[in-house]
Amino acid sequence: MGDVAEKTERILKRNSIIDTIFLRVSLIISIGVFGVCIALFAVLVQGSFLSIETFGFSFLFHSDWNPVTQNFGGLSAIYGTLVTSFLALLLGVPIAFGTSYFITELAPSWLKTPLTILIELLAIIPSIILGMWGLFVFAPSLGVDIESWLNNALSSKFLIGNLFRGSHVGINILTAGFILALMIIPFITSIFKDAFDLVPKMIKESAYGLGATTWEVVWHVVLPYTKRQVIGGIMLGLGRALGETMAVAFVIGNAHSFTISLLMPGSTISSVLANEFTEAVGDLYSSSLLYLALILSIISSIILGISQWLLRGFKKKRNK
Amino acid sequence: MKKGSYLYFKRRLKNFISKIFAYLMTSVSLFFLGWLLFSLITYGSSHFNLSLFMETTPPPGMEGGLLNAILGSLMMVGLAVLMGTPIAVVVAVYLTEYGSPGYFASMLKYVNDILLSAPSIILGLFIYQIYVLRYGSFSGWAGVLALSLIVFPIVVRASENVLTLIPDHLKEAAAALGTPKWKTIIFLILPISRTGIVTGAVLAFARVSGETAPLLFTALNNQFMNLDLNKPMASLPVVIFQFAMSPYDDWHKIAWSGALFLTLIVLTLNVCVRLIFRQKIILH
Repeated sequence: MGDVAEKTERILKRNSIIDTIFLRVSLIISIGVFGVCIALFAVLVQGSFLSIETFGFSFLFHSDWNPVTQNFGGLSAIYGTLVTSFLALLLGVPIAFGTSYFITELAPSWLKTPLTILIELLAIIPSIILGMWGLFVFAPSLGVDIESWLNNALSSKFLIGNLFRGSHVGINILTAGFILALMIIPFITSIFKDAFDLVPKMIKESAYGLGATTWEVVWHVVLPYTKRQVIGGIMLGLGRALGETMAVAFVIGNAHSFTISLLMPGSTISSVLANEFTEAVGDLYSSSLLYLALILSIISSIILGISQWLLRGFKKKRNK
Repeated sequence: MKKGSYLYFKRRLKNFISKIFAYLMTSVSLFFLGWLLFSLITYGSSHFNLSLFMETTPPPGMEGGLLNAILGSLMMVGLAVLMGTPIAVVVAVYLTEYGSPGYFASMLKYVNDILLSAPSIILGLFIYQIYVLRYGSFSGWAGVLALSLIVFPIVVRASENVLTLIPDHLKEAAAALGTPKWKTIIFLILPISRTGIVTGAVLAFARVSGETAPLLFTALNNQFMNLDLNKPMASLPVVIFQFAMSPYDDWHKIAWSGALFLTLIVLTLNVCVRLIFRQKIILH
């Protein structure tokens, strides 16, 4: 008898030890994830320390980028990053909204699933493909047409004319914005579509029952109901666009001179990093590049943080 | 009455315009994406032949293929998935089984979500700073590390999704039989969710094979055949980048074929996952 009790006790003890090991190990690995995130920022801060010390905050406000005289300023890259992403949203969000409106409300039911699958598949096309297509196909044809039209129509206008002066060869900030828009359209569309699908049928049908038109249902019922997810989706698209490297690096022209015009070559933080980091000579040069990377990661983690906060709960509902 | 019919007309008109807008926008997005695929196929198929898979990257003006880049990508992506997946599964198990309603677990989920959409070039820089600088040279292993940082959050998300779907009564039944937690995890939870975890790993594989930015500073590139992970290694996306940005026409052709091949792989993997496992693609 005593033997059995002893054995049981031993097994129980062993199990509880293994259980503790399991908990500890998984906890340690999970803490490690935090560690990696903190290390990421720490490494960037440490790497850019020299540049921060040398230039301070004025780095953000001037655009000299001269490896010879060792004078660096991030303005043109920061401006390029923000403007291309903003353009991408300006072009992409209406298109994504229209498309998801079509898929959820207007499309015949046999078309819905294939369209959804198509959009989702397009969202995972590697961005390097988009960039390459932009360089070889889009920029020389439609890009040039649109730009010369914009240049003719708007460059003489007061104030906004400044945005549209320059050569229109297709390699500039505007084209980068187009390509980014193309990249985020399928992405935002599928978030919008998933959000719109979550609106309870009952609410929509009540509105239809009161005589509302399709547009009124979308505008007064669906959009208010999905406000959070829609804004979250847009922010997530913005986060994507801010950090995108390959779709931009092909078509932006990689110029460091700061111009406000959209029709001039520019640069974004990620394109500067992609093009110059491996060739950066001297501590201050690479440190300045890391400073830019630090700025990018601060901006994008704020944007992504907000978007994830807005989308919280939505993913759970959708996955059910 | 007249005012009423005016209002009615206005509402109808608005509705009509909004529908036109929706049709228009859908056609715009489909037009561009169709154009993209069309040019990918027309430009890519010109050099899409057996030598693409049999020969290594050529110097300008010579015939060649992408064998070293394809093998390099396969090795690095495969190893990154093999490295990232087990760790990700452990974290997902912690999230759902141990930490679940706690503060730490929700923070962890949040951090994972941010990692999932973090700029991939930053991850490459990070590995450059902590690995490449320390060992003094670009290497395939550095590329593997950078890619596994992207694999990790995707697999965490996928595994977490399937793990939360396991009904509580199964776990309760196990607990009622006196099963210790580790046995429940190893013999009940993981086998049930195996399909979902594999799906996540396949999706991560597809996603990572198109990543260029994290490889630029880690694996760099290699014009020659190299299967040694301690040396710089070619990969499909980086070679496409290098060849497309070059001024040589025959390099452009190879880049297009490589782009077509890459897209085909990524799309096929995702379609298979959709058809076989009926799992949604994880985008964010």
